[in-house]
Amino acid sequence: MKLFGKKIRKNRTLLLMLIPAFVFVIIFNYIPMGGIIVAFKDYNYNSGILGSPWVGWDNFNYLFVTGKIWELTRNTLLYNLAFIFFGIVFEVGFAIILSEITNKVFKKISQGFIFLPYFISWVVVSTIMLNIFGENGVLNSVLSTVGIEGFNIYKQAAQWPIVMVLVRLWKQTGYGTVVYLAAIAGISQEMTEAAQIDGATIWQRIRYITIPSLKPTIIIMTLLAVGNIFRGDFGMFYQLVGSNQLLLKSSDVIDTYVYRSLITTPNIGMSAAAGLYQSVLCFITICAVNYIVKRIDPDYTLF
Amino acid sequence: MKIKKGKDTITFNIVAYTLVGLFALACIIPFYLIVVGSLTDERTIITDGYQFFLNAKNFSLESYQMALKTPETILRAYGVTLFVTIAGTVLSILLTTMTGYVLARPDFPWRNGISFFFFFTTLFNGGLVPWYLLCTQYLGFTNRIYSLIIPGLFSVWNMIIAKSFMKGIPFEMTEAAKIDGAGDFYIFYKIIFPMSKPLVATLTLFIALAYWNDWYNCMLFMSTGENWNLQYTLQNILNSTEALKRVAAQTGMQVGQLPSEGLKLAMTVIATGPIVLLYPFLQKYFVKGLTIGAVKG
Repeated sequence: MKLFGKKIRKNRTLLLMLIPAFVFVIIFNYIPMGGIIVAFKDYNYNSGILGSPWVGWDNFNYLFVTGKIWELTRNTLLYNLAFIFFGIVFEVGFAIILSEITNKVFKKISQGFIFLPYFISWVVVSTIMLNIFGENGVLNSVLSTVGIEGFNIYKQAAQWPIVMVLVRLWKQTGYGTVVYLAAIAGISQEMTEAAQIDGATIWQRIRYITIPSLKPTIIIMTLLAVGNIFRGDFGMFYQLVGSNQLLLKSSDVIDTYVYRSLITTPNIGMSAAAGLYQSVLCFITICAVNYIVKRIDPDYTLF
Repeated sequence: MKIKKGKDTITFNIVAYTLVGLFALACIIPFYLIVVGSLTDERTIITDGYQFFLNAKNFSLESYQMALKTPETILRAYGVTLFVTIAGTVLSILLTTMTGYVLARPDFPWRNGISFFFFFTTLFNGGLVPWYLLCTQYLGFTNRIYSLIIPGLFSVWNMIIAKSFMKGIPFEMTEAAKIDGAGDFYIFYKIIFPMSKPLVATLTLFIALAYWNDWYNCMLFMSTGENWNLQYTLQNILNSTEALKRVAAQTGMQVGQLPSEGLKLAMTVIATGPIVLLYPFLQKYFVKGLTIGAVKG
C-alpha cells in the first residue's frame, strides 16, 4: 500500500496529464456502454433512461420477426464485402502502376487528381452526383444531344449497388493508393535491380517482387476493414440515398436505420436495439478475426 | 546502370498511362462540372439540363449573385466552421499528443492497463442511441457551439498513432531532462512536443479536415440555424431544393418557379473552394502523414 502511494506520487504529473482523455473516454464511451439498457426499455423523454419501464426483448422482437434486421445486416455485409474487394484491387493496382511510371510530372498530377475526392465531404459528393446523374444532369444532357434517351439512376434500385461501389472507389482509391505506395517505397531497390539484370520482364517483377512485398500491408488493411464489416458508412449512405424510398430497399444499412429510428420516426427503444445488435456483432467479428489470425500467423494480430 | 527498355516495358507503359490517365480524369471532371454548372444560365439548366461545356450563350454569374445576395447566412456558416475547426484542432492536438506521450513512456507503470482501457472502446461501443441521449438529455448539447467541437476532440486511433511516433523518440531525451530537474509536463511541452513536428503536422491536417467536413454533429445537435456550419448549410440548401422539386411534381407546379438550380452548385463551390485551393500545398504533407500513420497500434 505504501509502495502504491509512492508510485502515485512519483507519477503524479503523468497521471494528471492523462486525466482529460481518461474523463473524455469515460463520459463519451464507457457511460454510453451502460446506456445500452435503453434497448430493453420503452424509452420516453420525460422519464429518462433510468425511469422508463422495462420491456424485456420487445424492442428486438419487431426487428427479428419482420425480418427487417436480416435485410439490414445483408445490405451492410454485402456492400462492405464489395467495398473491400474492389477497394483492394483498385488501390493496390493503381499503387503498383503509379510506382512504375517514370514521368514525374504526369505521376504527380495524376496522383494529385486521384487523391482529391478524399478531401471533400459526402454532402459535396451528393451534389456532384445530382449534377451528373440527376434527372437534368450532365449525363442525360450529353446523351440527349447524341440522341439516346436519358435515364434516372435515382430510380434504379437494382443497379444502385453498382453506383455505390463506383462512388466509393472514386472517393477512397486515392487514400488507399498512398498507403500502398508508401509500402512499395520500402521494397529494397537492390532486389528490383537484380531482377532487371537477370532479364525479368516488368510483369514478372510485379508478380514476384512487388505483390509479395505488399502482402503484409494488404492483410493488415483487410483485417481492419473486416473487423468493421457490420458497420455501414453512415455519411455515404445517408447523403447519397437519404430517404429515397425507391432506393432504401437495396441501400438501407444498419447505421441509417438506427439514425432514422432515432430522429425521423422516433422509436428509440428499437433504434437502441438495432444499435446494440450491431455493436455485439462487430465485437464478435473482430474478436473472431483476431483469434483466427493469431492461430494462423501471430504477426498479423490486431491486438 | 542503364537498363534497355524491352517490349514489355512499352506495353506496360501504354496500359499504365491509359489507366492512370483515365482514372485521374474521372476524379477531376466532376469538380470541373460543378464549376461549369455554377456558371451556367438558369434557363439552360432547366430546358437542356446541366452542360458539359461553357459557351458565351449559356454563361451567367446569376447563381453567384443570388448566393451572395444575402451573404449573412454563408458568412455566418464560414465563421462557425472556421472557429470550430481552429479551436477543435488545437485542443484535440494537445489532448492527443499529451495522452500519447504518457502512454509511450516506458517508465510509466500502468501504461499497458490504461492503453487497453482506451483501446477497448474501439472494439465495443454502446451505439448511437445512448450516446445521443447522453449528449442531448444530460449534457445539454442542443444548439450549443461546443457540441460541434467536443465529439471530435479525442480519437483513440489518433492517440495510438501519437503513441507509436513518440515511442520512436529516444527515452534518453526524457531522462536527461529529468536529471536536469525538469518536470514531466515541462519535458512534454518543451522537448517532446517540438520534436514531434511531423506527427503534429499530420494530425493537424487530418483532424482539421474532419472538423471542416463535419455535418453530422450539426445535424444531430443544431435545430436552429445560427450555429450551422458550412457543410450542414449546404446540405440544407440541397435538401430544400430537392424537397421543393418533389412538391412541384405532386402539385403540378412549374419547376421554373422554384429557386435556382445553379444556386446549389454556386454554394458548393463557395463551400469547397478553399479546401480545393489549399489542396495542392497540403497534399504532400498528407502523403507523408499517412506513412507515419501506417504503424500498427
